Amino acid sequence: MKRRVVVTGLGALTPLGNSVGESWDSAISGKSGIGPITRFDSSSYKSRIAGEIKNFDPLQYVSKQEVRRYDDFILYSIAAAEMAMADAKLTISPEFAERAGVIVGSAIGGVATLAEEMKSLFESGPRKISPFAVPAILANLASGHVSIRFGAKGPINCAVTACAAGTSAIGDAYKTIVHGDADVMITGGVEAAITPLAVAGFGAMRALSVKNDEPQKASRPFDKDRDGFVIGEGCGIIILEELSFALERGARIYAELSSYGCTSDAFHMAAPPPGHEGAARSMRIAVRDAGLNPEDIDYINAHGTSTPLNDLYETQAIKSLFGEHAKKLMVSSTKSMTGHMLGGTGGVEAIFAVKALQEGVIPPTINLDNPSEECDLDYVPNVARRQEINTAMSNTFGFGGVNAVLLFKKYTG
Amino acid sequence: MTLEEKVIKIVMEQLDVTQEECVLEASFIDDLGADSLDIVELLMEMEEAFGIEIADEELEKISTIKDVVDFLKQKGVQ
Repeated sequence: MKRRVVVTGLGALTPLGNSVGESWDSAISGKSGIGPITRFDSSSYKSRIAGEIKNFDPLQYVSKQEVRRYDDFILYSIAAAEMAMADAKLTISPEFAERAGVIVGSAIGGVATLAEEMKSLFESGPRKISPFAVPAILANLASGHVSIRFGAKGPINCAVTACAAGTSAIGDAYKTIVHGDADVMITGGVEAAITPLAVAGFGAMRALSVKNDEPQKASRPFDKDRDGFVIGEGCGIIILEELSFALERGARIYAELSSYGCTSDAFHMAAPPPGHEGAARSMRIAVRDAGLNPEDIDYINAHGTSTPLNDLYETQAIKSLFGEHAKKLMVSSTKSMTGHMLGGTGGVEAIFAVKALQEGVIPPTINLDNPSEECDLDYVPNVARRQEINTAMSNTFGFGGVNAVLLFKKYTG
Repeated sequence: MTLEEKVIKIVMEQLDVTQEECVLEASFIDDLGADSLDIVELLMEMEEAFGIEIADEELEKISTIKDVVDFLKQKGVQ
């Protein structure tokens, strides 16, 4: 019989708050976490707005020495993992340490440190490069530090599938448990890339919103005035456990992770194809592997980036898979409030999908004033909706043609 | 501030240790919990603070706070 996987702990740092509770409360209140960029002087940049994490004090979680040495993406991961482990009331004892693993995804790891060290290298030469530069840049060091901190000695990996990294990580962690290689996985996604290089680079691709005068209105998925995504940062970590392992230790179960669909577009390095067949196919795989029918899906936390192409093609993909049911299910993009947290998105949005299942509240798509012509689904516009649901899907798509989909369902024994 | 005091201040900051732990004979690895990367970073800070350069072969001979102080004196740092 297939091993079942449940979610038993949640931890997050987002532009909406420095915990899951705070972030979720803001999300269902329809608050925007977007504002002007404060991390660097962005006055010469086309896009000058971002979803930044605010008032985060890493000293709550690590020493001064660690703060100095680790890139923010590592600090965020440690903090969110601490919250998730505490939420799960889980301590990894030596008896099962080899059955506990870590996969935290990130699109570009320590890009801030990379840029700073390059500057030192050019200005002052190779002798000025810190011995802690390389381990602050490597994307898998989020997983590395989390494993060290909690003593998880089982499988370890890092997904670097761009904006799908968090979802790929959780999907791979799910498969690691199903396959029998671990009983516990600490998994999710992180990004701390509100840096000159990333903002300039995405800006050059014309991917970012330039609604600089109205930061809180800038991320407007499915709206006819959308003009690109707003860069965000964040981290979402969840604890996955094999069902019998969780039951045996009396863990509180938030939801079951019932399947993971992953496909490739094999089309273009950055753009999705019209109709987004690959996205529809990954959703179809998730539905099939959960043993469900398309009509059983109640809610989709969409990728919904607020770029002209994504939102249209994602809508087309949903319609192609769900047919008539597409008009009945709810689809919302919490990126309207968080911005696009790149590799962190999959972790945070998995948490929002799980919270929607647990609390029977669907977070809204804010700034949806005039849906664009072909975007005609129920996007839960502007106001959260109280509705009991049994299934919640989380879509994320990444550069390189990655389509990653998680399907959660209510745990009913 | 004496040279010893200046060195100890940097050691405390870099290795996150207390003044009490920083006796002159304290070994960075055995007594102050440092690893080889910590020592490289610590000595980079010394180079910066005292305007000197420490060659790799000299770095290998340094294992205690006293070694740093002696090295600096030898380089003419007051």
